[in-house]
Amino acid sequence: MSTFQSARSIAASVSTGESSAVDIVSEHLARIEEREEEVHAFNLVLHDEALQSAERVDERIAAGEHVGPLAGVPIALKDNLCTRGIPTTCSSNILDGWRPPYDATVVARLADAGAVFVGKTNLDEFAMGSSTENSAFGPTRNPLDTSRVPGGSSGGSAAAVAAGFSAMSLGSDTGGSIRQPAALCGVVGVKPTYGAVSRLGLIAFASSLDQIGPFTHDVADAALLLECMAGHDPGDSTSIPQSFPSLSESLDRGVAGLRIGRIVDLPSGADADVVASVDRAFEVLADAGAEIIDVTIPAFTYGLTAYYLIAPAEASSNLARYDGVRFGSRVEAADTNSMYMATRGEGFGPEVKRRIMLGTYALSAGYYDAYYGKALKVRRLMAQDFATAYESVDALVTPASPSVAFPFGSKTSDPLAMYLCDTYTIPSNLIGHPAMSVPFGAGENDLPIGVQVLAPAMGEPTMFAVAAELERSAGGNHV
Amino acid sequence: MTDSLKRVSEQIDRGAVERVAKLARLELSDAELDEATTRLAGMMAHFADIDALDLDDVEPMTQPYELVNVLRDDVPLETLDHDEVLAAAPDASDGRFGVPPILGLDL
Repeated sequence: MSTFQSARSIAASVSTGESSAVDIVSEHLARIEEREEEVHAFNLVLHDEALQSAERVDERIAAGEHVGPLAGVPIALKDNLCTRGIPTTCSSNILDGWRPPYDATVVARLADAGAVFVGKTNLDEFAMGSSTENSAFGPTRNPLDTSRVPGGSSGGSAAAVAAGFSAMSLGSDTGGSIRQPAALCGVVGVKPTYGAVSRLGLIAFASSLDQIGPFTHDVADAALLLECMAGHDPGDSTSIPQSFPSLSESLDRGVAGLRIGRIVDLPSGADADVVASVDRAFEVLADAGAEIIDVTIPAFTYGLTAYYLIAPAEASSNLARYDGVRFGSRVEAADTNSMYMATRGEGFGPEVKRRIMLGTYALSAGYYDAYYGKALKVRRLMAQDFATAYESVDALVTPASPSVAFPFGSKTSDPLAMYLCDTYTIPSNLIGHPAMSVPFGAGENDLPIGVQVLAPAMGEPTMFAVAAELERSAGGNHV
Repeated sequence: MTDSLKRVSEQIDRGAVERVAKLARLELSDAELDEATTRLAGMMAHFADIDALDLDDVEPMTQPYELVNVLRDDVPLETLDHDEVLAAAPDASDGRFGVPPILGLDL
């Protein structure tokens, strides 16, 4: 369980002048200095920029200004979020040297709230992977056991919080890329409702599945960060045009009277230690006054197949923009088409090529109906099954990851084994519902286990109430 | 596995994979093409689980919410800085992106 200071406590002490933002940021930079070589959470540490931002925060507070709810809080950004003038790579050689001409909406909103950005974090190339082993710049190591992966694709962001390099971080979740690394690194990770957080400036992987979300030390910090970045953005046409519900009031609500579902036909494959933690979570929630109700979601088991057709199909289309013309690297050739082929052949890594090939194949003439069309119909079944379940329950609880953090190289030779890491996280992406992983118990080698809480669209208040209850009973909430 | 899917799986040979790579504008080495041929066939066989489902009466779902086109008022807004955008390109001159010849070559 993390022992680092919460973001709430940092912002409170910086806002009252009790601590200086420069001191807070310096403490985090010192921890980066100490362990980054071993962990490799970052593609880029913004050492000087962070200290300058922190100085500005301190100056504004000294001048009597109200800086915002994240005053002086060190935050790390996944390196697929655009930062104006600051290299943004997606951990891919094809974006080598690219400096975005604009900030992602979330980056601008957090800066307005007083946050200080300490670095851009490592990821599986273009967010494709579950271990951060697919980064073109080398893997990130799990700070809790550096012989093991941090999960992925937002492995650097999860590791940054777990190692105390930043008080909070942002990741993106297309099939579990926030929740699975959060589970493996023992931190809180949230995938918000699709459309709750603007995707403007998030480099697209699969546009109908991608969402940006927080990594934090505890549930209350996650609520704070999500409240700071959620809300309508006219720059993202899939952004929900309504205000985001308040979460802070949910944290102490408890679960008395809530109906929490146990999915009895959940796909098997979770390790015994994970299953035991989830069982204990149900006991704790029942003891706290929740009613545990068995539900079935028959389509759950087909989620993995639907996802691994839909996500590569969308990716093959989204990644067509990396052609050596407008940004990133180029391999020179005699004509434009040869330049495209050579640039993409050299710039993309093996897993990205694999998914572009899979997606292009699934969308090609003659196969569209057999694969992509069927996957979209399964997606509808999934939405219908969840809707039926939510007629009798308010939230669902499952494992986040089938296992605790696994050793390097143990799944890299078999892409399908790696894809199974996403079994329990994928359905929420397919149907756009929120879900979060909260540390709850430990398994093999005392490594953390994440329990996943799921809720219907815009059901974050209920989801956070359940997660906060689990955290309280696990003794994990911070001061 | 239905006949249609079986036919599709059997069609994943080296030639089919080369065509897909061309469609995707990806230059792949011989080793990569071999790997892709094995992997694609394996993946597609794995995906046969959804082929057994009766989905005839199910409407496809392309996105989590049934969005229609989202239009804003037709008024000019601030845009990205022209020079800043071009500065990020591998080749630019005279305010435009630069590319190798497109016409006059046998593609």
